[in-house]
Amino acid sequence: MKKRASRPIPVAVQTLTKGDFTSDQDVRWCPGCGDYSILAQTQRILPDLGIPKEDFVFISGIGCSSRFPYYMNTYGFHTIHGRAPTIAAGVKAANPDLSVWVITGDGDALSIGGNHFIHLMRRNLDINVLLFNNRIYGLTKGQYSPTSEQGKKTYSTPMGSIDNPFNPISLALASGATFVARSLDRDPEHLRSVIKSAFDHKGTSFIEIYQNCNVYNDGAFFTYTEKETKADNTVFLQHGEPLVFGKDGDKGICLNGFKPEVVSLSDGTHSNGDLITHDQFTEDRTLAYFLSRMTEVPGLPHPIGIFRSVEHPCYEGMMTEQINTAKERMGDGDLDALLNEGDTWVVE
Amino acid sequence: MKKQKQSIEEATILFASDSGGGAQSIGTQMTEASAIAGNDVATLPDYPAEIRAPAGSLAGISGFQLRFSSLTIHTPGDLCDVLVAMNPAALKVNIDKLKPNGILIVDTDNFAPRNLRLAGYSSNPLEDGSLTQFQVFPIELTRLTREALKDTDLTQREIDRCKNFYALGMVCWMYNRPMDYAFQWLEEKFATKPQYIEANTLALKAGNIYCEVTEQFATSYEIKPAKFAPGKYRNIEGNMATALGLVAASQKSGLQLVYGSYPITPASTILHELARYRNFGVKTMQMEDEIAAVGVAIGAAFSGALGATGSSGPGIALKAEAINLAMIAELPMVVCNIQRAGPSTGMPTKTEQADLLQMFYGRNGESPLPVIAASRPSDCFETVYEACRIAIKYMTPVIFMSDLYIAFGAEPWLIPQVSDLPAIDVHFPTDTNGFEPYLRDEVTLARPWALPGTPGLEHRIGGLEKEDVSGNVSYDPDNHEQMVHLRAEKVARIADDLPPTEIFGEPSGELLVLSWGGTFGAVRTAVEHKQAESKSVSHVHLRYLNPLPKEIGDIMKGFKKVLIPELNLGQLRLLIRAEYMVDAVGLNKIQGQPFHVFEIESKIHEMLRGDV
Repeated sequence: MKKRASRPIPVAVQTLTKGDFTSDQDVRWCPGCGDYSILAQTQRILPDLGIPKEDFVFISGIGCSSRFPYYMNTYGFHTIHGRAPTIAAGVKAANPDLSVWVITGDGDALSIGGNHFIHLMRRNLDINVLLFNNRIYGLTKGQYSPTSEQGKKTYSTPMGSIDNPFNPISLALASGATFVARSLDRDPEHLRSVIKSAFDHKGTSFIEIYQNCNVYNDGAFFTYTEKETKADNTVFLQHGEPLVFGKDGDKGICLNGFKPEVVSLSDGTHSNGDLITHDQFTEDRTLAYFLSRMTEVPGLPHPIGIFRSVEHPCYEGMMTEQINTAKERMGDGDLDALLNEGDTWVVE
Repeated sequence: MKKQKQSIEEATILFASDSGGGAQSIGTQMTEASAIAGNDVATLPDYPAEIRAPAGSLAGISGFQLRFSSLTIHTPGDLCDVLVAMNPAALKVNIDKLKPNGILIVDTDNFAPRNLRLAGYSSNPLEDGSLTQFQVFPIELTRLTREALKDTDLTQREIDRCKNFYALGMVCWMYNRPMDYAFQWLEEKFATKPQYIEANTLALKAGNIYCEVTEQFATSYEIKPAKFAPGKYRNIEGNMATALGLVAASQKSGLQLVYGSYPITPASTILHELARYRNFGVKTMQMEDEIAAVGVAIGAAFSGALGATGSSGPGIALKAEAINLAMIAELPMVVCNIQRAGPSTGMPTKTEQADLLQMFYGRNGESPLPVIAASRPSDCFETVYEACRIAIKYMTPVIFMSDLYIAFGAEPWLIPQVSDLPAIDVHFPTDTNGFEPYLRDEVTLARPWALPGTPGLEHRIGGLEKEDVSGNVSYDPDNHEQMVHLRAEKVARIADDLPPTEIFGEPSGELLVLSWGGTFGAVRTAVEHKQAESKSVSHVHLRYLNPLPKEIGDIMKGFKKVLIPELNLGQLRLLIRAEYMVDAVGLNKIQGQPFHVFEIESKIHEMLRGDV
């Protein structure tokens, strides 16, 4: 194999800043779009990840979110609708040293790219997927998406959508994703910390980001992102901690049979010991899946944070292992021997 | 009894059985044995899409046609000298392919009323006089095989599965083939099941001895070795040659090969073959669908690998949008289209060459891509290698076309010397000074292949129109027009990089036969026959379809008439007429079957006589 240009080992670790990750292109999202925050948090956290700028590759599909790579001063590939996971898989398989990121949206990842999405999750390449979920098609001007709630009135559903929406977290978990998380465009600190955890995770990392489309679906997630309502409608998942939420930390989630239930921690009936304790590292997916279903029960808070984080072998690592094993068994490939393999005869 | 040995020039044998009945297996054995004996060989496997159609039914018949010769041949033969039919359905499906007075070997034990009914015979053809024009050898193959294997521990069902090797033993006797190769093959194939080695070996020998001792078979045939150019040979199928060509290009360029694929007939065997080459660093990725398969090839190319994907027409249709992305992103990639009979699912196990216009035009927008096609099984190696060379040199996806007929067909291959393969130079820029992602090479118009991981060359590519040089997104009208022209010009310039077109025959005359792809063998043979009759006919076979070689227009001017035989309704003809305003005549066949030589000969005859 051809040696790639060898990189000099840095004498002192290069100090990068947010500015190093900002490209010279004008950002062309609508003013007030939640994408700005996600872009800013990504640009802020990348310098802390400790790898050279040239090793980052951002790959996107089609949609508002997928313009993202143009605004990052890294290697980037704005591909075609729904197919970013496939191209990212090729990039990572060919060069496992790269840090590969997929930027996608609810339509891109779950409609046109649904098949690739589930297969990326199960293959477990070391790729980070940021799904900007705004529950609407923005770039095509306001049609319902596969995460839009049933009954939603849009240009394409004037009488209300009759589709059942996907639950992205459930879908990722069911597909075998090894890292699954949810964060919010309007919670910069949390978003940065989840992006960092996703990067640290070896294997496919999936983050669903609630993102506001202020033009076509304004306020879709305000209940979960705005100061007045956030605390009572979200529960932040912390490994090893009970599921406590509410403005005053006075509510919790406990199990009633197979159902999650909100209980009061202030009326003396329940204490922390009664609550579900989060375990993001357990191999069994049941708890994570159970938590992912909470968004579908009215009255329950939406879980935010890391649902699952387990280490499995990565696809590209196993590929390399097979190559090494084959080389050990058969020796490095010899083209001449290969062409002359099998039954041959000589004509004088 | 005295047996005679007769020397003949060549023979064509067709083995036919139920799918799964072993026709393909013994056909392959006989091919290898004949090739090793020094004959030129050509094969035509022909089987149904169903893996195991109902036993004895017409739909389930699998055939393997093999021609071996002391002369150089280009086709597996129009009609057969020998038909080995394992049941009435095999007879019914194939009897039209047997020459008058040809040898017909049938397993009479399978001609029971039920089998005859399944095959649609109202009376037994072995008894009703309908086969009098052939030399019929009715053999109790089933009973004889059971008799030969009665001392083995196999079940009756297992014993019956050895019948095909009994038949192979007979054919080996008829053509004086040593059986060593088959013995050796059995040893390898059934390494973990020694009882099958023993049984099939017994069946093989029994069939051979049967011919030796019975009076039924009085004559055996000898076919002298063909005259080949000196060198080392092996027998090769088209898809195998394609896989080897890709590995060779990977090794010669120093690029790792990443092959994304999704199983589809007739392309899957390329994936199987490449999957064996992990020790060459080959990364095969069987993906969730056709789109993902091309997606990983594109991603790998972006990362600096030799990205390739393979499929057939329906799969290529699914890949079209992604191929177009690679086109506008100007990334090197090889797309293999192993054509089969369409449209839609069509006839997946039958051959056709009706995807040419799809490869030229089956993408949105102005999307020029180089298109090249292999002519015969062994040519797949050189042609796909050339596809890789062009892809890398010009930074473009290249379409490599083959078809089922040559993908599954086999022939002797003069093994090339690795050192003789053309160099494939790769340059990954590292100099940040003046780097622009769409700054082009002055000669080839290729853009630089700057890899992720290279410090200072960070850039973005994508499917949106690019500004010339900078590669930034641009909606500027003039820039768009310029980029469309640049991409077209880049592909057009490949014509400066092609070897001269070979004209088989005189450079001018009455008739030029122009062909492409897997029709080469039949067309070349027909032209040879007509030239031997001193007819004024020449042949040009095109490997390069886009761009066409520059001299094609002038070559055609040297002939009064141009004939373009194709296994489609005239797709190359459409392109040639549009490009050169030449009133080319078509010979078009859409039956899922390759051309017979006589079909082309008769068209040539018609045209020379002035009927067309």
